[in-house]
Amino acid sequence: MPSLSPERVRDLRERANLVRQGIIRALVAAGSGHSAGSLDMADVFTAFYGHILRHDPANPEWPDRDRLLLSCGHIAPVRYSAMAHFGYFPVEELLTLRKFGTRLQGHPERVRLPGTETTSGPLGEGLAQGVGMALGAKMDGKSWRVYVITSDAEHQCGLHWEATMTAAKFRLDNLMCVVDRNFIQIDGSTEEVMPLEPLADKYRAFNWEVFECDGNDIAAFIETVERAQAVRGKPTVVIAHTVPGKGVSFMEGDYTWHGKPPNAEQAQRALRELEAERERILAHA
Amino acid sequence: MLDVDAMDAAARAMHLADYRNGASLPQVPTRNGFGEGLVEAGKRDRNVIAICADLSESTRMEAFKKALPEQYVEIGVAEQLLVAMASGLAAVGKIPFIASYAMFNPGRSWEQVRTTMALNETNVKIAGAHAGVSVGPDGATHQAIEDIAIMRVIPHMTVVVPCDALQTKKATLAIAQRWGPAYLRFAREKSPVITTEETPFEIGVAQTFREGDDVAVIACGILVYNALVAAEEVEREDGIRARVVNNHTVKPMDREAILAAARECGTVVTVEEHQIAGGMGSAVAELLAQHEPVPIEFVGVHDQFGQSGDPAELIEYYGMGTAAIKEAIRRAYRRKRKASPITE
Repeated sequence: MPSLSPERVRDLRERANLVRQGIIRALVAAGSGHSAGSLDMADVFTAFYGHILRHDPANPEWPDRDRLLLSCGHIAPVRYSAMAHFGYFPVEELLTLRKFGTRLQGHPERVRLPGTETTSGPLGEGLAQGVGMALGAKMDGKSWRVYVITSDAEHQCGLHWEATMTAAKFRLDNLMCVVDRNFIQIDGSTEEVMPLEPLADKYRAFNWEVFECDGNDIAAFIETVERAQAVRGKPTVVIAHTVPGKGVSFMEGDYTWHGKPPNAEQAQRALRELEAERERILAHA
Repeated sequence: MLDVDAMDAAARAMHLADYRNGASLPQVPTRNGFGEGLVEAGKRDRNVIAICADLSESTRMEAFKKALPEQYVEIGVAEQLLVAMASGLAAVGKIPFIASYAMFNPGRSWEQVRTTMALNETNVKIAGAHAGVSVGPDGATHQAIEDIAIMRVIPHMTVVVPCDALQTKKATLAIAQRWGPAYLRFAREKSPVITTEETPFEIGVAQTFREGDDVAVIACGILVYNALVAAEEVEREDGIRARVVNNHTVKPMDREAILAAARECGTVVTVEEHQIAGGMGSAVAELLAQHEPVPIEFVGVHDQFGQSGDPAELIEYYGMGTAAIKEAIRRAYRRKRKASPITE
């Protein structure tokens, strides 16, 4: 049974577009930060905050909330922008990204910004913490879920696979890993730097249930997550295929945008493109 | 035979056993105290959980595993996971104690400790077993003598190195009750139990175990016993009266007690089963250099790795035996007199 009406999908797509615009504004104001991955995960974060998560922006520490962890902390701008656009804090605060005294640290810190669930940046650590949270929920008979968003390149870290093995041992069906499969990392293509394929088979070999979808198609992503939620007795992974820099033509597919922000002129162009796209989304009424 | 009543006022106040007659003291590994304390902590608070990386017997988590199986988690040989997963459990209200050899945790897992446990302000407790060269035959790969340094340098971290098995038990219970990331360091081999059930213990409160105003010996861990024996002997042989302070909490350190010992004695010897660089002695030196500069002698490992051998033999070889501590006390005393000849 599809849970999404066409109107709802259009609304979410518009929200994702606004999240992208927020990312561009924050990055250009900061003068540093990670563009490509932040942009490509805007649809996934919008799907989570706008539809999938059980959460309360006014009460970010609500004990029964679902936990959404960002393991690859360098794409913090997309999380911040999504949190702002879904009511966790004013959108204008995005302009403080990476500046002295901000809650929006270059890499997220739970203690400074409630709702981020953990402190991340050093790669490969998020799933292990998610395993701990999911096991804690099982121990206490809680029904909330744990979602961990990971980059593809952090699958090169040994710790991530320690966590993968452990999640299967404890049959953590309340734990879902989402992989931002954009095939890029700082030094180039993931398959050249250190091949990850066959990634789905790796997860299957670790006794996970594997799902794949277009991570830039909100409806497809939500539908995939809902199918994954139905799995019992196993942890699940959604490999979300994304286009790095998604939504900005001159960034799309170019790994050199992994770790740099747009300059003022590039940001203007990006925002014009995104605004034109937003008008197209709304015209699809 | 000596009796307890003949001991000095400090020892009586601390309800110590008569350490002057070493043969009469029970010999118990400090890790046993951890094992007992953990079971008690787990019974007192069901949120206390134990996670082990394939070393439940030798870290003494085994008793907890048997007594409280539903609070016990086994994750195999994965020390980075041990820390990061515990941080996740702590984030949802658990009080995880995680145990491995100190060499592997925090030795292997330092960045996870820093990021997920300390910067993230989670209530995880690390039990570092088999610390020091006294691990013995296993050799240098398994002898953590850098762990105090890498833990005390991390903000928010509490670092406790108890002096015997009974104190390790009390420290385990105290750490369970005190909110925040903590590191508890203990050893493998049997060592004399010098405290008693009545001996007080509070995190951050150093304990004067022996009176004296000539030299202050500031020690932690199982070498506190060696320091006491050395102090007795050096008084008998040279008339130097050495105070012995059990500085079990390396962080947050008892600044007042350490400053008072330095001020009243005028010279200090630090004693620890750890590298000189960065350890408890360094922490004492950082404090004294700033507020009470006095001569300091450091007893510990001098920029070397350990090796296989009998524990007592290794303690002697690496300069942490009673004879080495006595020599350090004499050196410290001479340096003080040289610095202030008019005091005699």
